[in-house]
Amino acid sequence: MFFHWLEKNPFFFASGISIVIAFAGLIEIVPNFAKAARPVVDLKPRTVLELAGKNVYIKDNCMSCHSQLIRPFKSETDRYGDYSLSGEYAFDRPFLWGSKRTGPDLHRVGNYRTTDWHENHMLNPAEIVPGSIMPAYKHQFTNLADIETAYAEAVTVKNAFHTPYGPEFKRTRAAWEAHRPKVLADAKAIADDMKNKDVKEAVANGQVPEIVALIAYLNSLK
Amino acid sequence: MQSNAALEYDYSLAKKFTFLTILFGFLGMLIGTIIAAQMAFPELNYLLGEYGTFSRLRPLHTNTVVFGFTVSAIFATWFYIGQRVLKVSMAESKFLMVVGNIQFWLYFVGALIATVSLLLGISSGKEYAQYEWWVDLVVVVIWVLWGVGMMGLIGIRREKALYISVWYYLACFLGIAMLYLFNNMSIPTYFATEGLGAITHSVSMYSGTNDALVQWWYGHNAVAFGFTVPIVGMIYYFLPKESGQAIYSYKLSLLSFWGLMFVYLWAGSHHLLWSTVPDWMQTMGSAFSVVLILPSWGSAINMLLTMKGEWNQLTDNPLIKFMVLASTFYMLSTIEGPIQAIKSVNAIAHFTDWIPGHVHDGVLGWVTFMIMASLFHMAPRMFKREIYSRKMMETQFWLQTTAVVLYFTSMWIAGITQGMMWRAVDEYGNLMYSFIDTVNVLHPYYTIRALAGVMYLIGFIMFAYNMYKTMTSAKEITEEPQFRTPMA
Repeated sequence: MFFHWLEKNPFFFASGISIVIAFAGLIEIVPNFAKAARPVVDLKPRTVLELAGKNVYIKDNCMSCHSQLIRPFKSETDRYGDYSLSGEYAFDRPFLWGSKRTGPDLHRVGNYRTTDWHENHMLNPAEIVPGSIMPAYKHQFTNLADIETAYAEAVTVKNAFHTPYGPEFKRTRAAWEAHRPKVLADAKAIADDMKNKDVKEAVANGQVPEIVALIAYLNSLK
Repeated sequence: MQSNAALEYDYSLAKKFTFLTILFGFLGMLIGTIIAAQMAFPELNYLLGEYGTFSRLRPLHTNTVVFGFTVSAIFATWFYIGQRVLKVSMAESKFLMVVGNIQFWLYFVGALIATVSLLLGISSGKEYAQYEWWVDLVVVVIWVLWGVGMMGLIGIRREKALYISVWYYLACFLGIAMLYLFNNMSIPTYFATEGLGAITHSVSMYSGTNDALVQWWYGHNAVAFGFTVPIVGMIYYFLPKESGQAIYSYKLSLLSFWGLMFVYLWAGSHHLLWSTVPDWMQTMGSAFSVVLILPSWGSAINMLLTMKGEWNQLTDNPLIKFMVLASTFYMLSTIEGPIQAIKSVNAIAHFTDWIPGHVHDGVLGWVTFMIMASLFHMAPRMFKREIYSRKMMETQFWLQTTAVVLYFTSMWIAGITQGMMWRAVDEYGNLMYSFIDTVNVLHPYYTIRALAGVMYLIGFIMFAYNMYKTMTSAKEITEEPQFRTPMA
């Protein structure tokens, strides 16, 4: 019998397993890759500050409690806004849909929350939303965001995947130094709407606290 | 020529991985209990500052349980079962011993590095695949070493036909290798530029919907090839060994093995129902999830029928109790999963606490019960002592069974409550509840879950203590027990 023979020939047994399990992946995944997600019209890649904020979002693992995927149900579109489209995520590496909602969805949070709201909320969630079980993220006000890594990320995705960043995004240190003032200007625009004195001072000194980058990212979610 | 003298097996690696299984099991469950308590009492978030928040601890919990506890147990049982069913001792090959020892130490050091990296928030952002590229490289090396060891042992075997358990360990090795490699593909940004930014950082090869597809193809099947396949491999060896009964049906084991191999990987996309992946893929994931009941129940029924006519053993041997309950929870969990994968049910269940509920009746009830039973069975044979206390084992059994039941019932109620409240509308079609209302109502269930966590953890500590006493001070035995594990 075939299976008895297989059990005595480990090489063919292992090959058999590999083929059988690879099958589904090939059929389900390859077609989508072949088509690749086309970005929706007007989709812009995130600025370096926003990318740095996305990395803060990942560092503090916000996606373990918040989704970024509005499902096509009336209750969800009423609560969060238009349902999500594939093309909106075309530049998201990694995707950040999440798998559990302990807090609300954030895919369009930029439409209905402000810098001011986020600032207070991150300091003391339960004060802004009574009953909230979200931890406070006070350390984001003192930790500095890694904007250089965010720039390196932008350059990498531009070169590897043709993400449409401008010609000024080059892999050299000089190009980064030239781009840095732009990031600081973006950070200043956010910090101007904030109250925290230390944060404002840090930004004035050319530093970017994590909270500034994170808010820039959250504001970009629209 | 095969001699009839009993082989002297070398258990040094099985023992080492047994210690790690207990250590990581304790840590993983401790962190799990802490984060469960944090959801009921958020004040507990500030015990360790930035490093003690729910969000940092949650990936630490999942990774410690998956890559610490379960993988250690897979290694520990492999280094025990492998020799026995292939009829060859590790000590016969110096090469295999060296490879195995490198695997162990690299794994131990790697686990520490991985833990610290997660606490620092160095994360690639994908669930159960948070390790950054440099930790991934270590993981891959460890896995390859295990593969070399396994293939090597198979290569020098005396028993020609591979026993069922070996099929499952092989599949575990191959499946995880494939899934892990593809999902973790990324480009380190430091090397893609002139050394800009952090060397630890990388960016995913896939974007958006494609990234989600690969991630859940991995995420769901890491469960398949980490929490299902090797554990089924364990029960196929340990249940017949412990009970003295032959496997009920060879044909059924054949059918359920190849069925599981073929069907499981299709089901991954059920994590993406109602998302932006193409509709046909969602339907496929949903349909194959339901089909998956067949091979899963095939194995479980094969196990339960193995006890046919021997159910009295359930009353005299607590280890049989662990294994039978594990099979039962496997059946529960593999009927629950397909139900959640039905599109209309998923519309309510997805994003709610019903999902962690489902995961935990599987992992606490099936995986951990089976792993503990396996280690209990192995201990007297490895350390030549009988189990220290049967009474403690009995108490642990009932405490943990109650804990699992409390866990999943509270999470079922919590999840369905959440799902219904999110979609509830009044007579004018307006949403009835704000999001925070749906959080507040869950407090009692989160409290029950935290309590269940504490109970389960106490049970695990009893297990660890029982194992420790077995190794150090239980009554010595001279001859290896044929079937039933001796216990005081």
